[in-house]
Amino acid sequence: MAEIQIPAVLEGKELVRSVRTPARMEFLYTAGVATTRFLTGISEGKILGERAPGGKVYVPSRGADPQLGVPTTEPVELPHVGTLVSFCVVNVAFYGQGMEIPYTSGLILLDGSDLPLMHLIQECPVDDVRIGMRVEAVWVEAHELAPNLESIRYFRPNGEPDVVVTQPGAGVTW
Amino acid sequence: MVIDVAVIAFAQMPNVRAETVRNEVEMLMPVIADVRAKAGLTQADIGFTCSGSTDYLSGQAFSFVSTLDGVAPWPPIQESHVEMDGAWALYEAWVKLQLGDVETALVYCYGKSAPGPLHEVLSRQLDPYHVAPLWPDAISLAALQARMLIEAGKATEADFAEVASRSRRNALTNPNAQLAWDTAAADLLAEPCLVDPLRRSDCPPITDGACAVILASGDRARALRQRPAWIRGIDHRIEPMALGLRDLTVSLSTRTAAERAGVGNAPVDVAELHAPFAPQELILRESLGLADHANVNPSGGPLAANPVMVAGLTRIGEVAQRIMDGTATRGVAHATSGPCLQQNLVAVLEGED
Repeated sequence: MAEIQIPAVLEGKELVRSVRTPARMEFLYTAGVATTRFLTGISEGKILGERAPGGKVYVPSRGADPQLGVPTTEPVELPHVGTLVSFCVVNVAFYGQGMEIPYTSGLILLDGSDLPLMHLIQECPVDDVRIGMRVEAVWVEAHELAPNLESIRYFRPNGEPDVVVTQPGAGVTW
Repeated sequence: MVIDVAVIAFAQMPNVRAETVRNEVEMLMPVIADVRAKAGLTQADIGFTCSGSTDYLSGQAFSFVSTLDGVAPWPPIQESHVEMDGAWALYEAWVKLQLGDVETALVYCYGKSAPGPLHEVLSRQLDPYHVAPLWPDAISLAALQARMLIEAGKATEADFAEVASRSRRNALTNPNAQLAWDTAAADLLAEPCLVDPLRRSDCPPITDGACAVILASGDRARALRQRPAWIRGIDHRIEPMALGLRDLTVSLSTRTAAERAGVGNAPVDVAELHAPFAPQELILRESLGLADHANVNPSGGPLAANPVMVAGLTRIGEVAQRIMDGTATRGVAHATSGPCLQQNLVAVLEGED
């Protein structure tokens, strides 16, 4: 740190090197029309995507098709299996993590959808996780279902042979 | 050389106290569709897109990214975002059009003020060391400014009430207004103070809203719109962050911006001023040289609807709409940002006969 010239009046005083000013505010989140449909589906044990007028199926839909800038309106119930199209092994602890490291966070392209969903990959050593792996959702118990993505505990390998993913992270092919 | 740029379309959603069903992108899509239809353009025809919003309102990092889906950004578009009122997004788009490589721009903004504690959220823009830790709310800061106006002998509580009364009366003719009523200033003065010397009627409503503008330059503007609202001057200036360094009873930044935008060069038919609190209209009128002007905030202004991040661009849109309609020829639009009118943008718009 650069030397600080202290005014005479502050000679001998302890320097203030930092201040801590905590802030907390509460927000009421409006999920929106499309996300409400998705979250309601989750609370019933279903994964609902939405088909845009251009034909793409988004999951979860925020409500807009980025190709046309129009609402997605047609619900599409998707299977609980898909392909891992990208992943990250988390080796660094951070505040609010709630997971034992290392663990894997993955992008899962559900069969029949065009946009990958982010979730945890478990029941698989991190060294074995690979792009193209087939995975399935593991849900909480029926009485624990709630309108949030924690209703799916994680995805795990389902034993099917790997598929070829030509472009890591790819889902939407335009 | 300055390239002539005009507003050729304006759209806004009806202002509401709280939009509790649609999320931001769902709220915005009809506005974008409306403004493009009015201009007769599709997204493919638009050279540059710029938006204004703030994550502090939604409480989510990068919230503007998902909102961008509503304009159809695929295949990729030239796009930018400012963490400011849409009026500054319009300024960026105006600068972009000065480069001459594109001729059209879409500017949009949105703000949901309702989800968080708005007056505390606004305190997060203050000096983070000495002021923000005290959590001074927006109404209290505006009340300090109002108190200084009174003590300087520049205005009275009755003057504030006149602004509040006239604004809500004007709003009766604005279908997008959130607050509109006809109550005499004398009756407003009978109300108790909310934060002395401000009464509830001197303060803006809390509003969720969105608006959008399309800009076009030169002959492209003339081809797309019979009577474009030409931006003849636009300028913005900022003052120090520390409230104690400013005389809060004047707005030097507005005065400088007004001089550079050429407000005083010719008569003004209409002015729309972004004065969220009634006393601030008096300060702005003085700084703009419009102290006794008869046609200020015919829409009702921010006292009729104050969607944060939107109310500034709405002022430009309201003036532009009157010029495009032919009901005005030369107008002034003003937008503000920060506490107690810290930063100000002034635009002069004209129709061509």
